Amino acid sequence: MSEAPLTDGPHASPEVRDALAKTWSDPPGFIGMLSAVNHKTIARRFIVTTFVFFVLAGLLALAMRTQLARPDQRLIGPNLYNELFTMHGTTMMFLFAVPVMQAVAAYLVPLMIGARSIAFPRMNAYAYWVFLFGGLLLFAALAVNTAPNTGWFSYVPLAGPDYSPNKGTDIWAQMITFTELSGLLEAVVLITTIFKLRAPGMSLNRMPLFVWATLVTQFMVIFAMPAVMLCSTALILDRLVGTHFYNPAKGGDVLLWQHLFWFFGHPEVYLIFIPPLGFISSIIPTFARRPIFGYPAMVLSLIATAFLAFGLWVHHMFATNIPELGKSFFTAASLMIAIPSAIQIFCWIGTLWTGKLNLRVPLLFVLAFFFILVMGGMTGIMVASVPLDLQVHDTYFVVAHLHYVLLGGAVFPLFGAFFYWFPKFAGRLLDERLGKWQFWLFFIGFNVTFFPMHLLGLEGMPRRVWTYPHGMGWDGMNFTATIGAYMIALSVLLFIVNVVKTMRSDERAAADPWGAGTLEWSVPSPPPPHNFDAIPVVHGRDPLWEPSAQPAFVAGLAADAREVLVTSVLDAQPDHRPMFPTPSLWPFASAVATTILFIGSIYTPWAIVWASLPVAVAMIGWFWPSRGENRLAVARERRP
Amino acid sequence: MQSALTPAGIQASRILDLWHLTLAVCCVVFAAILLACLIAMMRAPRANRATPADLSAVGHREPRVRFWVVAATGVSTFLLFGLVLADVLTDRALSRLPVDNALRIEMTGYQWWWQVRYANDGDAPGFTLANELHVPVGRPVVVSLKAADVIHTFWVPNLHGKKDMIPGRDATIEFRADKAGVYRGQCAEFCGYEHALMAFQVIADPPAQYEAWAARQRQPSIAPSDDIAVRGRDVFMSQDCARCHTVRGTEAQGTIGPDLTHVGSRQFIAAGTLSNNRGNLAGWIVDPRALKPGTVMPPTRLPPADLQALLVWMETLK
Repeated sequence: MSEAPLTDGPHASPEVRDALAKTWSDPPGFIGMLSAVNHKTIARRFIVTTFVFFVLAGLLALAMRTQLARPDQRLIGPNLYNELFTMHGTTMMFLFAVPVMQAVAAYLVPLMIGARSIAFPRMNAYAYWVFLFGGLLLFAALAVNTAPNTGWFSYVPLAGPDYSPNKGTDIWAQMITFTELSGLLEAVVLITTIFKLRAPGMSLNRMPLFVWATLVTQFMVIFAMPAVMLCSTALILDRLVGTHFYNPAKGGDVLLWQHLFWFFGHPEVYLIFIPPLGFISSIIPTFARRPIFGYPAMVLSLIATAFLAFGLWVHHMFATNIPELGKSFFTAASLMIAIPSAIQIFCWIGTLWTGKLNLRVPLLFVLAFFFILVMGGMTGIMVASVPLDLQVHDTYFVVAHLHYVLLGGAVFPLFGAFFYWFPKFAGRLLDERLGKWQFWLFFIGFNVTFFPMHLLGLEGMPRRVWTYPHGMGWDGMNFTATIGAYMIALSVLLFIVNVVKTMRSDERAAADPWGAGTLEWSVPSPPPPHNFDAIPVVHGRDPLWEPSAQPAFVAGLAADAREVLVTSVLDAQPDHRPMFPTPSLWPFASAVATTILFIGSIYTPWAIVWASLPVAVAMIGWFWPSRGENRLAVARERRP
Repeated sequence: MQSALTPAGIQASRILDLWHLTLAVCCVVFAAILLACLIAMMRAPRANRATPADLSAVGHREPRVRFWVVAATGVSTFLLFGLVLADVLTDRALSRLPVDNALRIEMTGYQWWWQVRYANDGDAPGFTLANELHVPVGRPVVVSLKAADVIHTFWVPNLHGKKDMIPGRDATIEFRADKAGVYRGQCAEFCGYEHALMAFQVIADPPAQYEAWAARQRQPSIAPSDDIAVRGRDVFMSQDCARCHTVRGTEAQGTIGPDLTHVGSRQFIAAGTLSNNRGNLAGWIVDPRALKPGTVMPPTRLPPADLQALLVWMETLK
């Protein structure tokens, strides 16, 4: 096409910058919206969607707490209550906690590693649409009163064809297929991005710890999620086709479900917990004004946690009749995983101890982590012990423990991360005063809700009960917990108010409002469509803090085509510069076709056969090369 | 009455001892970490976004911080090993409760009640009842656990931890009540609609009292002695009741619902949901689903006189 190709560089003209922005923008209009592939657009939608699911699941929990406020209450009957806790657990685990971490990573990782895009941008868009449709399916089921009601863990035989004949469990199982497909695709996208798209010079040992945490987590996704897809598919087959995987009368095994489910289910806790360790390792250095202490120890701890996480699923099954020796092994493994977490906590304390503190809202949320997560870790040590677990398993003690771990370990740091990176997400700083109110309401409300549950469990209150009799000594603690739940709801409301208020204000954030050291703060808030005007060259772990070294940038990538720089896995040496795909409607169309296949298969196995045709058509469209792009690529080839 | 913190038997008190040890260790560690955090926050000077980042550590070791991190990790690891040891020892002790001369009971979980079958005890024959377990103080008890439909969990926190009842798998739980009393148990594994209302009682009596109770349970039901009780029995036989329930000594031999041979002697009906008195029993017979939504028991509309007679007869089934 043009005679002198437009290329980028550190001193490029405004014309080049405009060309870059135009090249990497998503097309306008409604069709453009459905065709978007820019990682920031997709990730922003992803984050907002998961947050909506978080709020919905929180409201379900509020309904449950209202029912349990007083003994023998009949506001909500057993069937609805069972649906509520099933939907709450399922939504929080599958539609919020795991995907939100992937979504935040999909937004931040390219910015942190100096890349213009995420790898496989169309697949990233497809993963989002599949996730959205899976989540909508689940809530549509609730709306038309066929929600699943066998718990987020769907133990067989209760979830099998004989004891749950309605469609709820089929919808639950297919929702798993949707979200796990999306999760696996996101894992591939993120791992490839991290391995191949880092800015030159960002060797593995210079990667920000959040990127490390993401990398480790996505590898765990790849090993953990197939187990749950396998067990939920076997459940669907039992229910729809009449196989007997889980039917003991025909040689199936009920415990098979538990092994497969928890082989995924326990690592899942760490899928939720490891990315926030990365948030914390980003926030602490910025607000302690020094690089993190013990970077190699932190990285090794993340990797150790990921390995150990696969060796402790049986501690969910201590009350079954598996052999004693096996249980002791899993006790030891469960306690051992405390060691890498402890190392990270000690390194953070060391960093705070030797730093100078800028006490802002993101740091407050991280300090709450120290209180809540550490307490959750202590109760984790208790439930890892076979004898103690025999008492507290399936009681409110475990409800308390898991909320201390998941809210303390994930939601508190996540809110910290929202405050910290909001300038990058939306170009504005959230209000500090409202943030402090939200923080304290959340922190106090959280402890008021969940601390009494430890005692409730020891006093014998089992989980998943829609009511309890008066006179068990549980009334006061349940009422307290309900008050706390309303405080949490109020704090989340304050956050929403804060976001709305901030989005309406005209005040814009600077590129680096916190004085941080990593690459995402070198670009404007919010970043332009192409992220970086010129790809930086990295010489250390905190490039913005360290004295500048030469070369500072690489130049010569196309400004009028989606050309990216691919670097080597270990040392991030420049390797080649492929062209990235342009926006396209096909990922959306493929996701719609996939949805038809998955939902159809709830009703007839033939849907797998017939609905794979539109999937194939849409995917052929997706991968069909366009002449224009080919021409552009050929024009840019340089022969040696 | 349903608490892990007030043990009434050796198994539960062993677990409580381990609990106290673990709680103490965890509290000390938790306090130490919080204290370190607090000191770090108090001693560190304040900064703002413009404070230049301190890069003095880049490329250098920080031996003091390093020492403390390594020391803290070492202490934590040591404590964790101690706890693993305590866990394993407790677990071994739990699984080695001597059970010679144990009382043997088979318990089956149904949606949503418990069937209890006492095995032959020496020469004395076994018997069946529902939702109530009587055990002699000081004698070990071995309960073999079965599930008729979905997974249930046997749990009496004052006596022992839980054990799952899993369809297609056999399990047993061994415990000993060392203090006389009434202990409540409840299903701990989510088992569907009425999981919340699936409880039972364990009544630990001195051995002589237990033997007297067991001797009564082995007897068939008492024949009705007055006209109204006779009428009550006839109502029971002519309505659907006898299809599902057994009353030994009569022609009622149903096996779908609980054995009612000595229902008048029980403290609760509907699996620990309602105390056993005439009003509750009447409500339960007429409209069980109002009291326990989802129960399998169907409503039975009876003329008031028939209902009264039925209640009188059932109360005589001690």
